[in-house]
Amino acid sequence: MASPIIRIDNITKTYGPLTVLDGLSMNVMPGEKLALIGPSGSGKTTILRILMTLEKIDGGHIEVDGDQLYHMPRGGSLVPADERHLQKMREKIGMVFQHFNLFPHKCVLDNITLAPMLTKGVAKAAAEDRAMKLLDMVGMADKAKSMPAQLSGGQKQRVAIARALALSPKIMLFDEVTSALDPELVEEVLNVMRKLAAETDMTMLLVTHEMGFAHDFADRVLFFDKGRIVEEGKPDDIFRNPRQERTQTFLRKIIAAGHRV
Amino acid sequence: MIDWTGYIGLILQGALVTIELTLMGSALALVMAFAAGLGRLSRFAAVRALATTYIEFFRGTSIFVQLFWAYFVLPFAGITLTPLQAGVLALGLNVGAYGAEVVRGAVRAIGREQHEACVALNLGRYQRLRHVILPQALPLMLPTFGNNAIELLKGTAVVSLISLTDMTFQAQVVRAQTGNTLIPFATVLVLYFAMAMAISAGVRWLERRAARGLDGVRV
Repeated sequence: MASPIIRIDNITKTYGPLTVLDGLSMNVMPGEKLALIGPSGSGKTTILRILMTLEKIDGGHIEVDGDQLYHMPRGGSLVPADERHLQKMREKIGMVFQHFNLFPHKCVLDNITLAPMLTKGVAKAAAEDRAMKLLDMVGMADKAKSMPAQLSGGQKQRVAIARALALSPKIMLFDEVTSALDPELVEEVLNVMRKLAAETDMTMLLVTHEMGFAHDFADRVLFFDKGRIVEEGKPDDIFRNPRQERTQTFLRKIIAAGHRV
Repeated sequence: MIDWTGYIGLILQGALVTIELTLMGSALALVMAFAAGLGRLSRFAAVRALATTYIEFFRGTSIFVQLFWAYFVLPFAGITLTPLQAGVLALGLNVGAYGAEVVRGAVRAIGREQHEACVALNLGRYQRLRHVILPQALPLMLPTFGNNAIELLKGTAVVSLISLTDMTFQAQVVRAQTGNTLIPFATVLVLYFAMAMAISAGVRWLERRAARGLDGVRV
């Protein structure tokens, strides 16, 4: 059996007096599609942000693709990682945000080509060639020259997905990517992600409130509450027969709020 | 009857000096504004302290006193400047200190989400600033930069005090020689106003260019 591409070992994260992650450990296998669900403030988004190095951890270790994320070996022991090490590690990971975070001053095509040209030294022509292929995949090829402000939320998010894919990460993090969208635009983004899951062997971690999508998309579902994993298992087990009371309560509330499971 | 053509010509010569001072002073101010404004956002405490000291000192003391230091006191330290050099130095450093706060404010106004997108795309610190943050911050700076440039234009009048023959200096010469105050000072009033309008128009043009596409309208 292959070894995990992500090993999270006993990490803690606090904001002042608030403990967000409390000795969390989990593994993710290469190619695995993981859905992280749970109430707001349960720590699921924090894990993605930590993996993307947007937040620092207060304790514990994370290994990504065989290397320590926040530590590097020096003289036989591990020391805190410097910016260069973090840059090397970030090459393995891409992230799509709830609010898209496109660069508003650049057209769709330039949004996608910027990072490959700057961080990997890809030539402009090659970067644009690849960007057009990705835009085609997300159904946005005809908007290559549009500015982000001219796009709908769903279109922006599809561009943001293409932008993250342009760096060919091994691991993709999706942080509530449909939460900021009007309901009628959710499906176009989910369709792109279904396609992505079917066509690539990328490892994907998904934080979502779309329980129906999580059910179809994920190989494994983790239910978070108060900075810990309360329950994990196959989507059918978590959604149809949750064993923990907290999971049951959460799913009941979600269904009551009108979300499809 | 006074022949005004010669006197007006004198004031127009002074206007060229005023324009020269304004352009060179603005150029220095712009460099200082970015150096000190970005310096205040540095992750190195020493750089931040240096930038803060510069800004507070030049904002907190009078341009008049700074000019006299540049022209009359620096020679004691072995640095002798021409009146023009002293004028450009004092004006540029003074207005640059105000501009630095504009740069800092505009850069900080670019939301955390843009920085996070840069981290997720693995851009380095310089790349983030150069390709993502500054292009978005620049349109925010321009209106206030326009204000600062007009302030600098009007500030050039103080250089007449170190015998630089700018527009105000020449107006005083004409007044002394003709005994007439209205005509020379009405002339410089109109000229200052025209120059300020030119700056306003120029900045508005830059604003339109810089904002192109940001509002969803292709210009």
